[in-house]
Amino acid sequence: MKAERTRPKTPKETRVLTGRSLRAAISSMATAIQGDQKGTSPVAIVGIQSRGVPLAARLAGCLETATRRKIDLGSLDITLYRDDLSTVGTRPILKATRIPFSIDGRTVILVDDVLYTGRTIRAALDELVDFGRPARIALAVLIDRGHRELPIQADYVGKGIKTSRLDRVDVRLTEIDGTDEVVLVKR
Amino acid sequence: MPLGEVTSPRLPWTRRHLLGIEPLSVEEITLILDTAVQMREIMDRPIKKVPTLRGRTVVNLFMEASTRTRASFEMAERILSADSLSIQAAGSSVAKGESLLDTVKNLEAMTPDVIVIRHSSAGAANFLARTCNSRIVNAGDGAHEHPTQALLDALTLRQAKGRIEGLRVAIVGDVLHSRVARSNIHLLTKMGAEVTLCAPPTLLPQSFSNVVTLNWRFDEAIEGVDVVMMLRLQQERMTSAFISTTREYHAQYGLTMARLKKAKTDVVVLHPGPMNRGVEIASDVADSKSSLILDQVTNGVAVRMAVLYLLLGGGRE
Repeated sequence: MKAERTRPKTPKETRVLTGRSLRAAISSMATAIQGDQKGTSPVAIVGIQSRGVPLAARLAGCLETATRRKIDLGSLDITLYRDDLSTVGTRPILKATRIPFSIDGRTVILVDDVLYTGRTIRAALDELVDFGRPARIALAVLIDRGHRELPIQADYVGKGIKTSRLDRVDVRLTEIDGTDEVVLVKR
Repeated sequence: MPLGEVTSPRLPWTRRHLLGIEPLSVEEITLILDTAVQMREIMDRPIKKVPTLRGRTVVNLFMEASTRTRASFEMAERILSADSLSIQAAGSSVAKGESLLDTVKNLEAMTPDVIVIRHSSAGAANFLARTCNSRIVNAGDGAHEHPTQALLDALTLRQAKGRIEGLRVAIVGDVLHSRVARSNIHLLTKMGAEVTLCAPPTLLPQSFSNVVTLNWRFDEAIEGVDVVMMLRLQQERMTSAFISTTREYHAQYGLTMARLKKAKTDVVVLHPGPMNRGVEIASDVADSKSSLILDQVTNGVAVRMAVLYLLLGGGRE
């Protein structure tokens, strides 16, 4: 068990990743993605709104530095593909979906912050195939917290953690939250 | 993509109906426009369909002639995967003398989620909102309001100019009979544009003189404006002699290239359609690079998708 996990921020909060370990996790995911690259066409990276988008940008940055090639980077808002739109109370505000390149025949890395039930990824897969027919879609997540409700798994995981369904996992990223850290909030 | 920046404050949508622009707040208008920006992206995809409104039913009830608006609503409904059916007055039981309320009550018995209504009487949409259980979208009621038209105009302006606040806009033509003008006056003044209405005295109502400038000389009204919004001369609604001849009307109030030169060099021209070429607008202006008339049509679908999503996207009550 890491030192930071024994330094809870409040009685109920446990820090799962510090800023430094979060950045290291992203960098090792990028190394793993690069190791799996086959052929000449570089991967395309698509982040799921909201926190998947800056994570995708950071992964793309790592890969660009390593390969000295431009990486296609997109964003996906899965709201319109959600399976619970008829039960959520208020209409979620839409964020940008931008995939300004062809995904046909490419390897696409989908990126999200937390993998939980798998329902977001199901929606993202449905949406992504409306843009074309990738050769392969892989999934990269910073945190895998278990409790899948669909047969979905990640190909690249920053850190797997044990949680209860009642817990909350807060991923904070500098681009959105002003700081890099992951916190597990026990209920 | 040249679509205005997303600026909406994160307020949830709470209205059941879209009856007009007049009751909407600046935040609500901005939320619709920001949602429409994201909807516009779907129209550029190889597969122009999302499953959002699967299993929802929309009835388009058009009691007055329409091509663009009805086609636009139908397109928006299909892209969002809603099931829809369109009913026109001609060929329906309305032609047999059924009242609006009876027609709608019978349609409602088939449990649609939304009724989109176009009617020649001002207040028809508000009347249905009071008497029916469905959500109502006003697609034009007499000379009262045409909210989705003003919203698509606003989206088009935001795209072209990056903002609405501070724009100088001339709304020109048959203001008296125009629901498009009324909805646009409400929207543009709420969003901080500077509006001038220009029409012959017989077609220029005084009712908005506290929020807009009135001027019946087109050559003065157009000087230095950012936007010229032309209105169709609605001769089918004219019950007496409002103008002498369409030829004289064109000479005085037609938008020609010569007149357009008096506006700002980057002026844009809007027209809600259908155009009377050679009456309120010269053909070369309608087809010029200043004209955003076809962008308006594309944006119309995006705005209607946004409205249907906001009215229906969330929970059923």
